[in-house]
Amino acid sequence: MRTVTRWIGDRFAMIAAILVLFYLFLPVLYTFIFSFNDYRKSNITWNSNAGPTLKHWENPCGAPGICDSLVTSLQVGLLATFVATVLGTMIAFAMVRHRFRGKAASDLLVFVPMATPEIVLGASLLTIFVQGFSQVGLRLGFWTIVIAHIMFCLSFVVVTVRARLQSLDPRMEEAAQDLYAGPGETFWRVTLPLVLPGIVGAAMLAFSLSFDDFIITNFVSGDTSTFPKFVYVSYLRGIPAQANVIGFSLFVIAVLLVVVGQRVASSRTSK
Amino acid sequence: MTTATAGGPPSPATDPDVAEGRRSRRIAYLLLLPGVLWLVVFFVVPVVQLFTVSLQSDYPGAPGYYYRDVNFSNYVDALVEFWPHMLRSLLFGALATFFAFVLAYPLAYAMAFKAGRWRSVMLICVIAPFFTSFILRTIAWRQILADDGVVASVLTSLHLLPGGRITETWVAVVAGLTYNFLPFMVLPIYASLERADPRVIEAGGDLYANGMTTFARVTLPMSMPGVLAGTLLTFIPASGDYVNAELLGSDRSTKMVGNVIESQFFKVPGGYDTAAALSFTLMAMILVLVFFYVRRFGTEELV
Repeated sequence: MRTVTRWIGDRFAMIAAILVLFYLFLPVLYTFIFSFNDYRKSNITWNSNAGPTLKHWENPCGAPGICDSLVTSLQVGLLATFVATVLGTMIAFAMVRHRFRGKAASDLLVFVPMATPEIVLGASLLTIFVQGFSQVGLRLGFWTIVIAHIMFCLSFVVVTVRARLQSLDPRMEEAAQDLYAGPGETFWRVTLPLVLPGIVGAAMLAFSLSFDDFIITNFVSGDTSTFPKFVYVSYLRGIPAQANVIGFSLFVIAVLLVVVGQRVASSRTSK
Repeated sequence: MTTATAGGPPSPATDPDVAEGRRSRRIAYLLLLPGVLWLVVFFVVPVVQLFTVSLQSDYPGAPGYYYRDVNFSNYVDALVEFWPHMLRSLLFGALATFFAFVLAYPLAYAMAFKAGRWRSVMLICVIAPFFTSFILRTIAWRQILADDGVVASVLTSLHLLPGGRITETWVAVVAGLTYNFLPFMVLPIYASLERADPRVIEAGGDLYANGMTTFARVTLPMSMPGVLAGTLLTFIPASGDYVNAELLGSDRSTKMVGNVIESQFFKVPGGYDTAAALSFTLMAMILVLVFFYVRRFGTEELV
């Protein structure tokens, strides 16, 4: 008995961690299971009168509008990620590598959007889009979603890249300068490769934030639908199981990409 | 910064440090300009605009039409009517943050110190559920906690569920909030524990010779920056959320301020000013809480 309690005591953190991971995965498992549900009206409860079916997997675009919304989400995510990563990386470099007046103000300007609830961001953007931008011909839709996503991803990019830049060893760049590399060469061949993991991480974070955003998108999207918005709206009428198929497939694809990416990264560093 | 001292005052035009500083500053402004402009146009200006909306008045007898005004009674009216929602949001947000902390800490601790070569696998496991849309996962919670689902059935048969149901109660909403924002708590705590030198903890173990004391005196203080960032990253989105309350809660007793803002904006004619006033109150409350919280527990670098 004593050895059992000791064993548990030693492994308490690990056992708790595995239970928490199970808790994190439980809804993903449910999403998977309910993709086989042969339901009549609503995919909220399991239809035990019929067996599991593959028909939703055979035709993932079967629900009207679902694949259009998925494509919109991917387009918005890629565009917003690209712009936010470029602009955010520039800000991060300015903040870490340069001294300038107004530094405290720009720190605050980057921090406050992260501390503002999404619903307030969405409400204020909707206000300005409706009251100001519609006069210059910008209607609610694809581009207002992209603008909003760039805005809220930007701060997260700055914070991620800045952390990486701050942890860089300045001696690496000094060494390059000592070896007669010009400032441009130092930047492209030493600084940028060292910061790149931070930039890639920031871009991945930005994409996942954009792709999964519902609250801000719901405010600024007008009639345009993204994947989360499609799921939310269709929930009121009974969510189609094709959403489960697509949601679970995205999960598998993303995990595979991350695993492959890590393999490539670790094989490069071990070379 | 070093400046030339010997040989009289340096002339600003020729001193290389000053010229260098000016060049550096010019580059900094060029790097900052596009991003800062974006944040000013699409964050600062909209928030200011929302503030003016929160102060405007209705044309009497014409709902949906406003004129510019400085009408603070919008705030009074909104808070008199919706203070329970505001309070509930802060309470639910705080509860979800607390539960997320309790769940996240052992996981982050195990990842940082116990996982060994499983560390990166566990990290992927924490991030992976993100890729299934959070709306889909919240709907999955509705299925898990449903009246005829496993959890509710077991609890009912054990006579532990007096109301007979979990969905449509505050328990479901808080559970959903805890679940949805848990990774935002795990990742910063893990990051700060990972940076900690395990030898310091070993030394703590040698000095205090007691697991609990070492944890309280050494490990926990070292992870405080992560805990601070994690609680903010959980509390802020949780208290402003309306999806969980909408999908897991009921119409009457679990609506949060986010639900009110959303419905005042989209469904109630002439609700713009109320929605704007509530948005601003929520933002101000959160910023004040964050400010005092960071003041009280804060370190230099926050995130």
